[in-house]
Amino acid sequence: MNLKPTRLRMCGNWVLDRFPLAQVWNEHMAHYYAPKNFNFWYFFGSLALLVLVNQFITGILLTMNYKPDAKFAFDSVEYIMRDVNWGWLVRYMHSTGASAFFIVIYMHMFRGLLYGSFKQPRELIWIFGMLLFVALMAEAFMGYLLPWGQMSYWGAQVIISLFSAIPVVGDDLALWIRGDYVISDATLNRFFAFHVIAVPLVLVLLVFMHIVALHEVGSNNPDGVDIKKSKDPWGHPTDGIPFHPYYTVKDVVGVAVFLIFFATVIFYMPEMGGYFLEHANFIPADPMKTPEHIAPVWYFTPFYSILRAIPDKFAGVIGMGGAIVVLFLLPWLDRGKVKSIRYRGGIYKKALMLFVVSFIALGYLGTQPVTPLATVMARIFTAYYFGFFLLMPIYTRWEKLKPVPNHITMEPTLEERIPEMKAVFDEVTLVTDGENSKRGFNPTGAKNVLIRTAKNLKESLD
Amino acid sequence: MKKLLSLLLLSLSLNVFASGGAELQDADIDLTDKMSLQRGAKHFVTYCLGCHSAKQIRYLRIANDLGIDEKHVLADIAPEGAGIYDQLHTAMNKHDAEKWFGTQPPDLSLIARSRGADWLYSYLKGFYTDKSRPFGVNNAIFEDVGMPNPLWQLQGEQKPVFETEGEKKVLTKLIKGSEGTMSEKEFDTAVNDLVNFLVYVGEPVQLERQQMGKYVLFFLLIFLVISYLLKKEYWKDVH
Repeated sequence: MNLKPTRLRMCGNWVLDRFPLAQVWNEHMAHYYAPKNFNFWYFFGSLALLVLVNQFITGILLTMNYKPDAKFAFDSVEYIMRDVNWGWLVRYMHSTGASAFFIVIYMHMFRGLLYGSFKQPRELIWIFGMLLFVALMAEAFMGYLLPWGQMSYWGAQVIISLFSAIPVVGDDLALWIRGDYVISDATLNRFFAFHVIAVPLVLVLLVFMHIVALHEVGSNNPDGVDIKKSKDPWGHPTDGIPFHPYYTVKDVVGVAVFLIFFATVIFYMPEMGGYFLEHANFIPADPMKTPEHIAPVWYFTPFYSILRAIPDKFAGVIGMGGAIVVLFLLPWLDRGKVKSIRYRGGIYKKALMLFVVSFIALGYLGTQPVTPLATVMARIFTAYYFGFFLLMPIYTRWEKLKPVPNHITMEPTLEERIPEMKAVFDEVTLVTDGENSKRGFNPTGAKNVLIRTAKNLKESLD
Repeated sequence: MKKLLSLLLLSLSLNVFASGGAELQDADIDLTDKMSLQRGAKHFVTYCLGCHSAKQIRYLRIANDLGIDEKHVLADIAPEGAGIYDQLHTAMNKHDAEKWFGTQPPDLSLIARSRGADWLYSYLKGFYTDKSRPFGVNNAIFEDVGMPNPLWQLQGEQKPVFETEGEKKVLTKLIKGSEGTMSEKEFDTAVNDLVNFLVYVGEPVQLERQQMGKYVLFFLLIFLVISYLLKKEYWKDVH
């Protein structure tokens, strides 16, 4: 009875003699050394991969019942929602996945800004990542037309008409993209082709290049220290651990937490208050009726805001494109000598904080109708958005850096922080009255905690 | 910094202004109330289906989800001649609709998802007499709407009270003009049942979805605990 495993092993060896599976596995998983001190922000790379796989699987299932035809598209989506077994779940996983993808990617990019992951020698990883971001935006934009609702239709109409703002060739270009004078069946068909075949292929290729480039130079870390500088006698970085099994088991925890949020949205709030699935998109596309208020989905709104903030249409298009192009240049705009924000000067920390504020504010303004006040605000935040990047070569030179340690530093884990958190909790909720103490809101405790938090925040910004 | 903050707060208040207009009344949506849904289905077929379709749902699905016998659905709810596998099609054809109303009345399958329950509830209660309109009625929620009040016999007539603010006439409230066949309370319940039914039709699977969510989240919490313990075990030697 011992025959079976031996046969199996022989089959396995037959493959391994002809295909370097073990080598690939070792190079990218078991013998890929990653820094020990990855924190919260380092979950989002693997989560992005998870969401990509989710989009592929649910997307393939959706195409089995979706009809890319202006006459049937809207009804076929409702058919999936009602008559296809588990169709509603697949569709909500796909629609929620789209928004989740952008949340994860924005967090992933922000991690890069925090710890200087775009800086030498990782410029190319950043470039591939930015190309991924652009491809993802194209993928999301074209996918959003497919349900053929009012917002699908008019959102696409607005965005494609932007191309007509380009001098000389603009109108012909827009016509060429649409394949018709308005968004029509022709547009729907080609967007379907791009959404399910062309752009996904580009995404997979870019993900491959993103990871190959990363594994060539190695992962950055929250301290921005190069772990290859100190190695043990076997040639492994002393500050590193093999990606598998350490980070595979750790990322599974991240996946579990992510899925809890993901499932909560899918099962309890799939529309997410009109942000993930817009209310007006439950009305079939009607070329004769323009909705009063056309707003793109939330993940495009920061860039949409920039477009609207600039008075001239063509300049607005340039501004919107420039907002993305400027991200590509980041590795060369930042002149700071240190990677991690932990050892950078206060000026970058404050600039980054204000950048986050203005990005979120632009995103919010993009969902709202235009008013004079909103336009002024959008202009201020747009100016700040560009100021953050374009003034970077200047202000990053003034930075007062802190000394960077030779080795990575370990932060306390969540579990090690529990006593500290419990102390804070007690301070806020324990009311001591002589010898007795009971639970209840403690105003002085809360005030002390707030003051301490503010002080810590101020200190960390210096 | 302070300026920025106050500007931010201002932008938040923009939102409130943008959503102004007539106050919406709260609909009491309860999809577990099968009796309410059944009454709503009956009202829908009686008062709405004449002009509006709900083509994304079939009588069979209604029978299954609302726990009614297939025969009863056909006898009590569906119009005469409808089959159990039929979708809720309207009796009015496109040609007539365009002649009478200028346009085909919209399909109502997803109206609760695009407009919201409170809007529908307020809208159906918001018709008032306005001789200047082709059907003699206007609506407090949807100004110059192109449809008559289908529920006028039940509700009776409502008269508007206007107040002049500067140059504009502002509708402040609606008062009873004549009695309908239902009391005010009965009418509110009827409209609420109808809206409840429309919310169900908008997404028939939503009850099932929410019930399933509990088990999925329970599983994921267990999965989280196990994966965390596994991680801890693997990482205990990493310092």
